[in-house]
Amino acid sequence: MGKLEGKVAFITGAARGQGRSHAIRLAQEGADIIAVDICKQIDSVAYPMSTPEDLAETVSEVEALDRRIVAAEADVRDRDGLQAAFDAGVAQLGGVDIVLGNAGIAPMGVNVLPNEWDDVVAVNLTGVYNTVEVAKQALIERGGGAIVLTSSTAGINGIGGSQPGGLGYTASKHGVVGLMRSYANSLAEHSIRVNTVHPTGVNTPMVVNDVMQEFLQNDPSLSNAMANALPVPMVEAVDISNAILWLVSDDARYVTGVTLPVDAGFTNKK
Amino acid sequence: MAGRVEGKVAFITGAARGQGRSHAIRLAQEGADIIAVDICDEVPGLPYPPATEEDLAETVKEVEALDRRIVASRTDVRDLAALQAAVDDGVAQLGRLDIVSANAGIGTQPHPTHELTEELWRDMIDINLTGVWHTTKVAIPRLVEQGEGGSIVITSSAAGLQAYENIAHYVSAKHGVVGLMRTLALELAPHSIRVNSIHPTQVDTPMIQNEGTYRLFRPDLENPTRDDFVPASQAMNALPIPWVEPVDISNALLFLASDEARYITGVALPVDAGAVVK
Repeated sequence: MGKLEGKVAFITGAARGQGRSHAIRLAQEGADIIAVDICKQIDSVAYPMSTPEDLAETVSEVEALDRRIVAAEADVRDRDGLQAAFDAGVAQLGGVDIVLGNAGIAPMGVNVLPNEWDDVVAVNLTGVYNTVEVAKQALIERGGGAIVLTSSTAGINGIGGSQPGGLGYTASKHGVVGLMRSYANSLAEHSIRVNTVHPTGVNTPMVVNDVMQEFLQNDPSLSNAMANALPVPMVEAVDISNAILWLVSDDARYVTGVTLPVDAGFTNKK
Repeated sequence: MAGRVEGKVAFITGAARGQGRSHAIRLAQEGADIIAVDICDEVPGLPYPPATEEDLAETVKEVEALDRRIVASRTDVRDLAALQAAVDDGVAQLGRLDIVSANAGIGTQPHPTHELTEELWRDMIDINLTGVWHTTKVAIPRLVEQGEGGSIVITSSAAGLQAYENIAHYVSAKHGVVGLMRTLALELAPHSIRVNSIHPTQVDTPMIQNEGTYRLFRPDLENPTRDDFVPASQAMNALPIPWVEPVDISNALLFLASDEARYITGVALPVDAGAVVK
């Protein structure tokens, strides 16, 4: 019997990377999935973003586990579009128990592009706020649930450099912690738990791409700042999924308001 | 299906009852063998009865009922030489060491800080801080020598992250182990040995279910009871519960000890029903 048998999880940014890994890991434990992803490029992001084919691959991997998945192309910046995607998923799957605010961008590069700050704050902070807002009432009606917001080591430490995209990334990932703490308090009476995870570099397309590698190599202070304490250069997406699985399961039924680094000791080393 | 800590050996202090016994059972359920120690004796001034040898024998019985091996001894975490002997004996019998749970600790009666006696202060620091250092000190050489990493989990408290009035010695010791955890996490990372702390809110064990705690939380009543304690304890938490169960702490320990948390180190993890965030 899976740890999440009979549960439904709403996951943003589910087309690939950590989001896809979360969908698969939770499905392995019995959950059905409501998956959304923008599946489009944002102009200030220099690395390739997700595609409709990526989202279709997530669908096929979840279905291969004999779980149901309702997937839609939706932008977390668009509250109405996100609400419609969420509502369609809840209508088909019968409710929601778990919400993962995972969608995020990292518009950092050697060349500064227009709108980096505005876009990263809109996706990584306002998008997370929208994600909780569209799902909150359904969780309350369900009588409890678990929300995990994906922050970053940049949500605890002042890293990311001095360009607009990096500043916005760090600011937005810190902002998510404030959201988490406020929601943890306001939703506690409904037995809804809210926590954040703080990954170090994860082996996903957002980090492992030419633009990000060039950006990090260009500034030794940044690449040095990326060094973990444990002797691993990066962690894998499944490591974040395992932390989230624990947080949303009954094994963590009284864990709320917590910032959980999954960072190979990065934060403690700073 | 293989357990989540199959084939591993866990060293647990304060294992006679309460959280320590729960940890021994939960880890054994997931395939670990256990080295268990407990003082099983009086500590002066505690407002609750001490663990007994019968308690420790019950832990042994429950682990053995799960078909796991356990080496148990009556050992005081303040006695470094005895603690070293206990872990060495356990490793000699069980063959290895992977997980360390520095769990042994005492509660206290409330006193304004300036009215604490030297003895109360010293016993608290000796057991809840120095005892934790002893526990790590006797285990680390074996973990390093084994060369396969490991997971050390220190039991702190919500009082290791924030202040509570009238228990300065407890708050100081529980903050102190966070410093120890963070330093060890740095020192041991090159050996892939992870070190984390857990920060429980009130846990339903003999350490809190006693008159001393009831008085700490209900100074307004002459003879407070468990029922009187419920609303006061719940007021500490964000979630609508008065306390958590030992198994909730064990489940956090199990997660941190397992490969599911293979890259989590240097982390202070509250299991506190939102007591810190509130």
